[in-house]
Amino acid sequence: MKEYKTVTKIAGPLVFVEGVNDIGYGEIVEIQLPSGERKKGQVLDTQKGLAVVQVFGTTAGINLEDTTVKFLGETMQIGVSSDMLGRVFNGLGEPRDKGPAIIPEKRLDINGAPINPYARAEPRDFIQTGISTIDGLNTLVRGQKLPIFSGSGLPHNQLAVQIARQAKVVSSTGKGGKDQFAVVFAAVGITHEEASFFMRDFEKTGALERAVLFLNLADDPSVERIITPRLALTTAEYLAYEKNMHVLVIITDMTNYCEALREIASAREEVPGRRGYPGYMYTDLSTIYERAGRIKGKDGTVTQLSILTMPGDDITHPIADLTGYITEGQIVLGRDLHRKNIVPPVDVLPCLSRLMNLGIGKDRTREDHRGMADQLYAAYATGRDLRSLSAVVGEEALSATDKTYLKFADVFEKRFIAQGTHEDRTIEQTLELGWEMLAMFPESELKRLKKEFIEKYGKKYRKN
Amino acid sequence: MGILHRITGPVVEARDVAGAKMYDVVKVGNERLTGEIIKMVGNTSTIQVYEETNGIRPGEPVETTGEPLSVELGPGLLRSIYDGIQRPLDVMAAKGGAFITRGLSANSLDRDKKWEFVPVAKSGQAVKIGDVLGTVQETEIIVHKIMAPFDGKVKDIKAGKFTVEEQVCTITNAAGKEQKVIMMQRWFVRKSRPAAERFDPNIPLITGQRIVDVFFPIAKGGSVCIPGPFGSGKTVTQHQFAKWSDTQIVVYVGCGERGNEMTEVLTEFPHLEDPKTKKPLMDRTVLIANTSNMPVAAREASIYTAVTIAEYYRDMGYDVALMADSTSRWAEAMREIGGRLEEMPGEEGYPAYLARRLAEFYERAGRVRCLGTDETRTGSVTIIGAVSPPGGDINEPVSQNTLRVTKVFLALDASLAQRRHFPAFHWLRSYSLYTDTLDNWYIQNVSSDWVDLRKEAMALLQQEAELQEIVQLVGPDALPEKEQAVMVSTKMLREDLLQQSAFHEVDTYSSMKKQYLILRNILRFHHRAIAAVELGVQLKRIMELPIRERIARMKEVPEEKLSEVDFLGSEIDKAFDGLGAK
Repeated sequence: MKEYKTVTKIAGPLVFVEGVNDIGYGEIVEIQLPSGERKKGQVLDTQKGLAVVQVFGTTAGINLEDTTVKFLGETMQIGVSSDMLGRVFNGLGEPRDKGPAIIPEKRLDINGAPINPYARAEPRDFIQTGISTIDGLNTLVRGQKLPIFSGSGLPHNQLAVQIARQAKVVSSTGKGGKDQFAVVFAAVGITHEEASFFMRDFEKTGALERAVLFLNLADDPSVERIITPRLALTTAEYLAYEKNMHVLVIITDMTNYCEALREIASAREEVPGRRGYPGYMYTDLSTIYERAGRIKGKDGTVTQLSILTMPGDDITHPIADLTGYITEGQIVLGRDLHRKNIVPPVDVLPCLSRLMNLGIGKDRTREDHRGMADQLYAAYATGRDLRSLSAVVGEEALSATDKTYLKFADVFEKRFIAQGTHEDRTIEQTLELGWEMLAMFPESELKRLKKEFIEKYGKKYRKN
Repeated sequence: MGILHRITGPVVEARDVAGAKMYDVVKVGNERLTGEIIKMVGNTSTIQVYEETNGIRPGEPVETTGEPLSVELGPGLLRSIYDGIQRPLDVMAAKGGAFITRGLSANSLDRDKKWEFVPVAKSGQAVKIGDVLGTVQETEIIVHKIMAPFDGKVKDIKAGKFTVEEQVCTITNAAGKEQKVIMMQRWFVRKSRPAAERFDPNIPLITGQRIVDVFFPIAKGGSVCIPGPFGSGKTVTQHQFAKWSDTQIVVYVGCGERGNEMTEVLTEFPHLEDPKTKKPLMDRTVLIANTSNMPVAAREASIYTAVTIAEYYRDMGYDVALMADSTSRWAEAMREIGGRLEEMPGEEGYPAYLARRLAEFYERAGRVRCLGTDETRTGSVTIIGAVSPPGGDINEPVSQNTLRVTKVFLALDASLAQRRHFPAFHWLRSYSLYTDTLDNWYIQNVSSDWVDLRKEAMALLQQEAELQEIVQLVGPDALPEKEQAVMVSTKMLREDLLQQSAFHEVDTYSSMKKQYLILRNILRFHHRAIAAVELGVQLKRIMELPIRERIARMKEVPEEKLSEVDFLGSEIDKAFDGLGAK
């Protein structure tokens, strides 16, 4: 282990140490301040004679004369163990509850390694969340990464806990199971209030004992935010691939993560990309989001549900944009629906689940699922378009069919999207609700549904 | 031996690397990670490393291999899945487990597998570069041709089972020197493979996707740009092209994209049948997967690896389709590396050479006469590149520079995708510069009235857009009946011709014959409807015709029952005759 007292420059979260030798890239350092306080950091740039260290936490109190920098000779690791279930850690992985230190079963590099695409197994188990807009229209499957795109003041946390509470895999025999299910929760720069909302809900539903929590709160050092999601994912991978658990990882809020990334990039005086975010943000985000999936020959899975708040509700903002390009779809919350008091306010039109087809259909959910989802989408989109048209020309000017579409859009929002935070609908209930609503259309409008399905499922809802 | 001097992520600096040349492949550090020299100043070489550099220290050794980055070409490429620098991912998984760990290396082509080599050339025969020396049945449907790597005279040639490294032939060159030939050869990825002559694009690449084949045809040897925001269907479109286009070989490169998508290809393709040969699609496919979280320098290389393999099969005389998903991630890899080199950035931080690199890449597409004595052997590489513009706005450098060099532009539209109109290509904003050169082919091979039908349908769709504007102001009822009838027809065009479900077992692929019949029937309905309205028939009565329902279901009619669709034409006439409008 090498110790140096040769700090020559401090800029933002960066400390420059001179006269060093053979320091590994990404190595972890321990910095002892003149006050005796210890901080951790990581090597960002290493060359003969100079190492640039990014300090986790503030650089307040560090000086050039008396600060000692100790290079630990290893990259950032976390000791993992199944004893971590039920525990709360801070953003650097140290226990935050009053519990004992974790005796690691294994020490793992927090950066993980990319999963070999050849070793991946295709995600295909349908996760029933009990929420119609997700199950029916944007189905979540095990091993998927599906973020929630939200905005400030929208109830994304309520939606996330509802999913965590209700999510179950419905096997073909119709029985649900919660066995070997775990939640890894990473709070990245959220407020105490939000964090305690999650804790309370986990506690109330008994989910806490099957959960590992990493909390980096709003007043914790922002640089730690780079570390927190990686600790969570490393723990999740361990539980999934070595302890055969089905792990749901909830990371909130990825926007704070990206802000921290930008802060460090600007401290390093890097050439900024769009809106000041670093040019490598896509690659960096992918090393988080891509850590979801199934692996051939392993029973456990990692499913990711990250939350991000879109600045100014702008889906083209770099954070939302790059995320959408990496993740397998997105659930988008809409402010208009929220104002109309629709809970959860899922704006289904920009939503998508790319892996939906793998989890639905005959033997998985029901044979009419695909057609139903497409039909509901098409009808709702038409209805929404007509809403703006009728605002201009008046409802009377619309044809009878158009009026039906207009009515459908309202009913769809009030009955299908709205369901409250505690209603847990089975997939059958969701699909039947769809048929019930589509009954208002003449059959010739139902082009997305196969004739045989209309005969089989749709007839009973028709009045004539 | 050189010494590592500085490490700042995927780009490292080394000093005093003996014999170093630009773009040489080097081995970095104690773990001998693969890298490539991308800048040289004085005695310092800057190296982009194709693997993770965490934990590497200054002072570790660096050694050059003396050769630029190259791929191995030979039997065994098909059915493989490689990373960006052609390491076989299946072998890596067997060696290193489910995660890609550092320092793993594996031969691109299996060195132990024996292939049955059937000589074509005779001993004593004079051969030129590109001449077929012999063949290997690589998969059930593809015959791999072993081509002469140099001019000369065949001294001897052997039939039998050989590995890719065993000698199958000896060629004596003009100077009388004997050179041995093995089935494997190497090619530098950044250099395009030569061909004898380039042809004009006058044969379409039939994709089975109606909006493309009808309105925006792709030529064999052409280049296509598909930009679109996330969720608009780029990847599904690429998969559809890979599955159904009438090429013999497909090279699919997932460049900086999702891991699960590659898995989908890997699990789906072996079970999908090639519509012509009825054999698994995987038998004609080479996959290159460098997902977004795999090292960024290897992502930069992946595009070159893919196009070189595509050219190699082209040289055998095959039509090859290269799907690149997504070229934006490739450009971002260049940007990231350029940023680490502290290069002066061009537009939006991309390096100033972005336009040149994109142009060079798309120029490797083309239909050519292959090298060799046989002057009838032709092959093609068609490049279909997806672009992921930030926020879906194509006013950005990658989209704009790509549009300058590609000839087909398929504009994916988010609002179409949101209403589940798939494929979400916008029919008014997309274009194909091949339509005119391909018209002849369509007239000869599909129908003599093809061009007229296509032009009429497009004109109708354009008219619809104009009518839509009026409707937005005054409502649909304010339009005269005749124009309302146009809107009915264009709705049919949009829903019953352009919309096509990739997940419907029949609808996923339409033969040219079927595409023609659907188009013809809709336009026949249109002509009859207009004529009827002019004679005073109420539009309402036309709308109530039960035949509309059958038009909507045309696309679900399987290929073997196409006569039903053909027959529907006369039934449309009958339905209108019944209205009393002759």
